[in-house]
Amino acid sequence: MVDLAWSFKMAKREFRKTGVKLILFVSAIVTGIAALVAVTSFGDNLSKDIDNQAKELLGADLLLKKNQNIEFLEIEKVASAHSLEINFASMVYFPKVGDSRLTQVRALEGEYPYYGTLETLPQEGERDFRSGGKKALVEKTLMAQFGAVVGDSIKVGNVTLEIVGALQKVPGQTGITATVAPAVYIPMDQLEASGLVQYGSRVNYNHYFLFPQDFELQALIDENKDIWDEDRVNFDTVQSQKESTGRSFENLSNFLTLVAFIAVLLGCVGVGSAVNVFVKEKLPSVAVLRCLGVKALDIIVVYLVQIFFMGLVGSIIGAMAGAVLQFLLPLVFSEFLPVEVTVQLAWGAIVVGIITGVLISILFALIPLLKIRKVSPMMTLRPDDQSGGFGNDPARLFVLFAIIVFILLFSYFLLGKWDQTLWFTGFVVVSFGALWLLAMGVMKTIRTFLPISLNYPVRQALSNLYRPNNQTVSLLATIGLGTAMIGTLFFIQDQLLDEVRFADKEDQPNMLFFDIQTSQVDSMITVLQSEDLPILQHVPIITMGVSEVNGLSKLDNEELEDEERRSGSFYNREFRVTYRDSLINTEELVDGALKSYNSTSDSIFVSMEEGYAERNHVKIGDEIVFNVQGRPLTTYVGSIRKVNFRRVSTNFLVVFPDKVLDNAPKFHVLITKTKDDMASANIQNTIVRQFPNVSVVNLSMIVETLEDLLGKIGFVIQFMAFFSILTGILVLISSLLISKFQRVRENILLRTIGAERKVLIKINILEYLFLGSLAAGGGLILSVLASFLLSYFVFEIAFSLAWQPLFIVFGLITGLTVFLGWINSLNILKANTMDILRS
Amino acid sequence: MFLFKRDKFFSLKDMNILSVENLTKTYRSGNRELTVLDQVNFEVEQGKTLSIVGPSGSGKTTLLGLCAGLDVASSGSVLIDGKPLENMTEDQRAGIRNQLVGFIFQNFQLLQTLTALENVMVPLELKKRKDAKEKATELLENVGLGDRLTHYPNQLSGGEQQRVSIARAFANEPKILFADEPTGNLDTETGELIENLIFNLNEQHGTTLILVTHDLELAARTHHSLHIKGGKIQEATNG
Repeated sequence: MVDLAWSFKMAKREFRKTGVKLILFVSAIVTGIAALVAVTSFGDNLSKDIDNQAKELLGADLLLKKNQNIEFLEIEKVASAHSLEINFASMVYFPKVGDSRLTQVRALEGEYPYYGTLETLPQEGERDFRSGGKKALVEKTLMAQFGAVVGDSIKVGNVTLEIVGALQKVPGQTGITATVAPAVYIPMDQLEASGLVQYGSRVNYNHYFLFPQDFELQALIDENKDIWDEDRVNFDTVQSQKESTGRSFENLSNFLTLVAFIAVLLGCVGVGSAVNVFVKEKLPSVAVLRCLGVKALDIIVVYLVQIFFMGLVGSIIGAMAGAVLQFLLPLVFSEFLPVEVTVQLAWGAIVVGIITGVLISILFALIPLLKIRKVSPMMTLRPDDQSGGFGNDPARLFVLFAIIVFILLFSYFLLGKWDQTLWFTGFVVVSFGALWLLAMGVMKTIRTFLPISLNYPVRQALSNLYRPNNQTVSLLATIGLGTAMIGTLFFIQDQLLDEVRFADKEDQPNMLFFDIQTSQVDSMITVLQSEDLPILQHVPIITMGVSEVNGLSKLDNEELEDEERRSGSFYNREFRVTYRDSLINTEELVDGALKSYNSTSDSIFVSMEEGYAERNHVKIGDEIVFNVQGRPLTTYVGSIRKVNFRRVSTNFLVVFPDKVLDNAPKFHVLITKTKDDMASANIQNTIVRQFPNVSVVNLSMIVETLEDLLGKIGFVIQFMAFFSILTGILVLISSLLISKFQRVRENILLRTIGAERKVLIKINILEYLFLGSLAAGGGLILSVLASFLLSYFVFEIAFSLAWQPLFIVFGLITGLTVFLGWINSLNILKANTMDILRS
Repeated sequence: MFLFKRDKFFSLKDMNILSVENLTKTYRSGNRELTVLDQVNFEVEQGKTLSIVGPSGSGKTTLLGLCAGLDVASSGSVLIDGKPLENMTEDQRAGIRNQLVGFIFQNFQLLQTLTALENVMVPLELKKRKDAKEKATELLENVGLGDRLTHYPNQLSGGEQQRVSIARAFANEPKILFADEPTGNLDTETGELIENLIFNLNEQHGTTLILVTHDLELAARTHHSLHIKGGKIQEATNG
């Protein structure tokens, strides 16, 4: 039986003298717990706010959307209000600066939104807009881009409108959406005059309905669901919008929580390492207590009680810091949030954070604490008589197992899915394992191969890496993992941008014009050629749907068993196809052959994209009946193509042979290559002025948007990675302070036998140079590996190592470690020689 | 009364506080086996004092550690107050040490995080003595440290630290006291004071004292001496 009362009493006495050191130990977990509490509180609050503001997310009780205009007269009859929004991508021209940009134009009729508002600056902008006339509301980011102010005009198609307000907030829209597709609201009665809605324009019709309070909406949905499904009408309700928003933010919240959890784990490696040093210092006392007749377990409890209280203190401080920090998070994440987040104390998150901090610091402290069981009381007589070593101590293996189980269960608690949990736990174990192996390997290599002929300061600094009480493993793990996170972020960001910029390096197209009517093609080609621009591709596009696959209609398909059934989206999709008898340079034939169509007696063989065919279980020879504007067209899959979707080009899931669709209604895309950004801007403005319905995408806009987007995502990830780096720095500082006495003694001894001050400084700096570069190097190796896996499996892009960010991260992390080590060495060198020798 | 017969010492009394029989300790060093103690036998009566003397590396400290139950013999047995230690676990031996044994070390071995008073209270608290504080205070007053109760070891001189160590050793009223070079770290004058203190308290409490020392003058103050060399008892003398 453990003598708890005595153990508590001893713990209290011990704490008076050792408490300061233990505070250093737990400082390592403060940042991790702060991040965990902040992120989970933020997640809790966000989830509550999504619930509370669900109606504002949709702005109405029901949204019905389709890419064709159909009326819902029956529903309009029972609804208390109805609004229609027609939205499509189109160029908008800013006459004041003579520049244009692709935007999302939304023609609005009715009082939408019924919940929430279209927030504008000035506030009366919305009222003014609804009062009628040629007025527009323009996304604030778009206005900022072109230096537009309220009162300026914009040209949308053929119509010029006055900007009466800068849009601040639109229901359900985030800052990111606004970056990718900035909105411009125009009155519905100006749509026709704009001339933008023509054949082939990709237009969405959104019908928003408001119902009386006691209306049974679910009954209406149940009654109409099948009809809507058949008509390819999508619907959203407050509930479904809430669920889908909740789901996406649950993923974000889980990701952030896991990053915070990693910071906690890093802190715990620091705690474990610090307790290891602490226990080593305590071994003589443990031997004395064993001599006096204290049982091993009682002694473990004495130290465990101290660790528990310090873990508790650290966790409480962390939780308090986290509670404060969460006020910052809505600012950090503002670009991603569709709702206003109210910041309030989430007690559940605080309690979970504190329990996690305490539990995990005890678990990590137990590994070194278990050594106490092996301390021989003979150490009192022979101080060199160390404990018998760990070997395969079952208790230690059990604690290691308990740590992995804890990580597994806690991850499951955060993620709720076993596959993700296993991936995350695997990632943590592999990363820690890799860094641990690196640290052990480095220490063993140095110990085995350190040449005696090496310059003395270098040799001494290297041998310090494996000295007793060294912090090599913990620093490599904490700083290394933080570096790995930041490194991965840099590499992936750089690679994605490089992939887009690549298009400009070769003779690749960089400008694409779409929504061109058949009647406009010839004049457009003339304009482009007069500007000396080549027509690299002229692509006709026809829209169609699938009505049967191998004789099975959509309804037949639904009756099939799960494993035989194709996804419903295959039948619901509106395909945009082209026709040609050859491949273009972004395509590669992987199966079958392109077969031409020469007479009406020939079968029609289409070519399908590899990934899409695979996902929908389509293979060579399958019969697909397309519905082309009401006319059925029976085709067979004749070939499968691999398509590189990352080039500025028109890429198609389905390609028809020439001549089949010659007479089908179509629109066109023209692709060209300009010499530089200036030429792109000039031709874009010329085309927008002459052909207002034609939209333009140019490479520099894609790069700009992607840079902006990645910058915003990158900021969030950097913010989270900061916690890991900060934890690493705290572990580094506490390691320096813990090992200070030992270092002072060593330095004094070296000074006594004649080492000069500059030699001692050199040794210290070199030691931290080695430590910092090893940690940064190890982390970067991990990040290169992670970037490679992400590039290959997630982004499906060719991996290329970005040397510049690699050197920057390496230099910064190593420099920081050396700087902290140098500051510490200055303090150490101040110590009085005689004081130390006497002690 | 001790008799010497071959390598064996034994007492004529029935009640021995310590009995050592065929005690052997070997260590493995690489592929070699080193015998540090070889077939040692002796017994000590309650209340007697015994010194173990011999050159460095002769096995004195190993013998003391085995007798006190700090280490486990390779073969042979040790009985403290009739209780054989060889089959006990470390925690069971810790229990025996707490009940029956006291220690005085060359380097004092005080707990640096505890005050002088708390150091002396530890063995009493382990025995769940309600009067631990009063008893520890009394013991410290007896060794002349009544005014140093709340001082930490690093605030005390070497002699004072050894006096705290002595007070702690007598705190649990041990039947047997083991002292390892108790004056080895002290100057001559302080060493004499400490010697006197140990012997006086030993007499007052009727404790058995087993003492390891290089100091032949100190050894001469004990009832019996064991001269040990190369892990074997070379000679037994009566003081």
